[in-house]
Amino acid sequence: MDFRLNEEQQMLQDTVARLVRGEYSFEKRLEFSETEAGFSEAFWGQLSELGLTAVPFSEELGGFGGGGVEVQSVMTELGRGLCLEPYLQSVILGGGLIAQAGSDSQQEQWLGGIASGELKAAVALQEPQSFYDLNDVATRAEKSGDGYVLNGRKAVVIAGHCADLILVSARTSGDTREADGISLFALSPDTDGVERRTYPTIDGSKGCDITLNNVQVGADALLGEEGKAADVIEYQSGRAIAALCAEAVGVMEVANELTLDYLKQRKQFGVPIGKFQVLQHRMVDMMSELEQARSMAILAASVADIEQSDERRRILSAAKNVIGRSGQFISENGIQSHGGIGMTWEYNFAHYAKRLITINHQLGDDDFHLERYANLLQVG
Amino acid sequence: MNMNYTAEELAFRDEVRAFLDEKLPADIAAKVKAFRPLTKDDHQRWQKILSAQGWYATHWPEEYGGVSWSPVQKHIWDEESSRYGVPRSVPFGVNMVAPVIIKFGNEEQKRTYLPRILSGEDWWCQGYSEPGAGSDLASLKTRAVRDGDHYIVNGQKTWTTLGQHANMIFCLVRTNTEVKAQEGISFLLIDMDAPGITVRPIITLDGEHEVNEVFFEDVKVPVENLVGEEDKGWTYAKFLLTYERTGLAGIGLSKAALAHLKQLASRRLKNGRPLIENTTFSQRIAKVEIDLTAAGISNLRIIASVEGGGVPGAESSMLKVKGTEIRQSINDLARRAIGPYALPFVEEELADGFDGEYLSDEHAAPLSAHYFNNRKLSIFGGSNEIQKNIVSKMILGL
Repeated sequence: MDFRLNEEQQMLQDTVARLVRGEYSFEKRLEFSETEAGFSEAFWGQLSELGLTAVPFSEELGGFGGGGVEVQSVMTELGRGLCLEPYLQSVILGGGLIAQAGSDSQQEQWLGGIASGELKAAVALQEPQSFYDLNDVATRAEKSGDGYVLNGRKAVVIAGHCADLILVSARTSGDTREADGISLFALSPDTDGVERRTYPTIDGSKGCDITLNNVQVGADALLGEEGKAADVIEYQSGRAIAALCAEAVGVMEVANELTLDYLKQRKQFGVPIGKFQVLQHRMVDMMSELEQARSMAILAASVADIEQSDERRRILSAAKNVIGRSGQFISENGIQSHGGIGMTWEYNFAHYAKRLITINHQLGDDDFHLERYANLLQVG
Repeated sequence: MNMNYTAEELAFRDEVRAFLDEKLPADIAAKVKAFRPLTKDDHQRWQKILSAQGWYATHWPEEYGGVSWSPVQKHIWDEESSRYGVPRSVPFGVNMVAPVIIKFGNEEQKRTYLPRILSGEDWWCQGYSEPGAGSDLASLKTRAVRDGDHYIVNGQKTWTTLGQHANMIFCLVRTNTEVKAQEGISFLLIDMDAPGITVRPIITLDGEHEVNEVFFEDVKVPVENLVGEEDKGWTYAKFLLTYERTGLAGIGLSKAALAHLKQLASRRLKNGRPLIENTTFSQRIAKVEIDLTAAGISNLRIIASVEGGGVPGAESSMLKVKGTEIRQSINDLARRAIGPYALPFVEEELADGFDGEYLSDEHAAPLSAHYFNNRKLSIFGGSNEIQKNIVSKMILGL
């Protein structure tokens, strides 16, 4: 039993940590957030130069076949910097869907670009009515000639505004919310009939809603078997949940460090406020929450790339449930421990607090995963 | 035991409802109910309507233009105005400095300031907190040094709510450094246009400009702007805080927010059904509604005791803690109810006159920002930790 990273994993994590420390000061992040892209193209370039965008991919694609733990090492450090780059969307989800479902020629066409960072993918899996259920797909893809015509609306596509390739779930058969009948399509955002409404997100990133209005795509846009995408989507969302949990741990680490510093520095009534027991106990609770979250992020990483099973499903839902709750606890109690200063735009803590809340709104919140877990409860 | 309103109280409630039906501008009410930001003009428009009705100054004696409502009547007003979407009166003038001036000010100050508060001519803000003096307010450092007919004020105030709109600020300043912290504080009324005053916005995490820093550099304040006696300001400050803390529990506001939440949860879908039919979510709503019911009765118990001549004590501190926790829970649920749409921050939908297509739901855009903004509830007006200290000391004797 050994929970330490091996030498290579540690080196990987150190590399990302150094890069983030050097390039991603809080002030710079605010600037990146306000650009049109909503992140730093330069930093994305550096991630790519260091081979970090290739981490989960095979050696032929310039990667080293990194699994859950390697992804975890990267994501935690990106979380510490509150990095805005679309690593989760493009590398983990986009790359993952194509690697699992794509034909040889599709993989050849896109994976190299995703691994090198030159091509950015985004995933359009949610819809206005779907809440967090990715099988709740009302968007239709009708057969037309050799290809398909897509109609519908996809919701809150993070980094969709700047993506070169968008992976869209659409129904080729079956009723809304049926797992069977969901297909995946890869399309360029420039295709006729694709409309994007771009907006900033409350955590400083950007995303868009996408309307598909008689969007004509060829048969080669279909990713994987027609009507059979639900399992692929579920599996890759699971990998993304593990990655998101790792990011959350990085965010929580810094949130706790900032709060602890504040408790030691801020003086009221002639003493550092950390001398007050009520604040001490709250800080201890925040630390315990972080440790719970860290444990679940480790567990999630360990199942991210194993074969699908109810056990994997349970672990990933459990992890996301814990992360959602601990993230909100640390966000709210961190603000409270800081007082007013914890609510200001100019001080970095608030931005960590916001990210912890929005993480709970990605890939299912704590309630969603509680229900999923409850449905998979094992007796005996 | 009787928990019902009297016939007179019911008649008063009808009167309030008739007034609000007739006079409350629909655009303002819509904004309030949907947690959208109000403009200065919104506040002023409503203030004038309320003043014309004679219902603006509910904490003042009638001789100064106030209305003498009983505690139950005030409660009825609070409930009904919350339900209707009445904007909360910006309290710094009418509910904070005015009671201090009435109790401790001289005749000249009463004659000068009270009518201008009633008419809306003056917009007041509060100069209490400083960067180094928050919960430990008495450690404030802003200095006022007497120089002939003036005080020369130097220092900095912070968290000054809506100070960007204000033309007057009431300040706690240090006039004596030789004595115990609480004994060297004075209460000054300062014109915001005085040379040497700079207001700098503080943008909060939701992108709003609600609070400010106010800097004083050799600001000359006439001595006649001192309220009461020099070095006795702490007494007045504490008196004012009792006004600040009434109503902070926000029971009426929570009821309105809960109604809004239930409607929202009835419109949003989960598994193709209204979210409110989802057991997990409906149980969350049920729990907060039950808590609110209890807090509502606690609130009535305090009101009844005050009506019977009692003095609200540390019970209002307890209620502030509970009430703010409940409101924050409701805000949390509203944000949860919109699922993935908690992420988009579509500021243009919050602006006056937005006539485009809503990204999600007409009511979705402000919900995340509102949740974050209301994290302040447990911090301001005496943080919940400070309220618990008060309860522990005053009630428990610990």
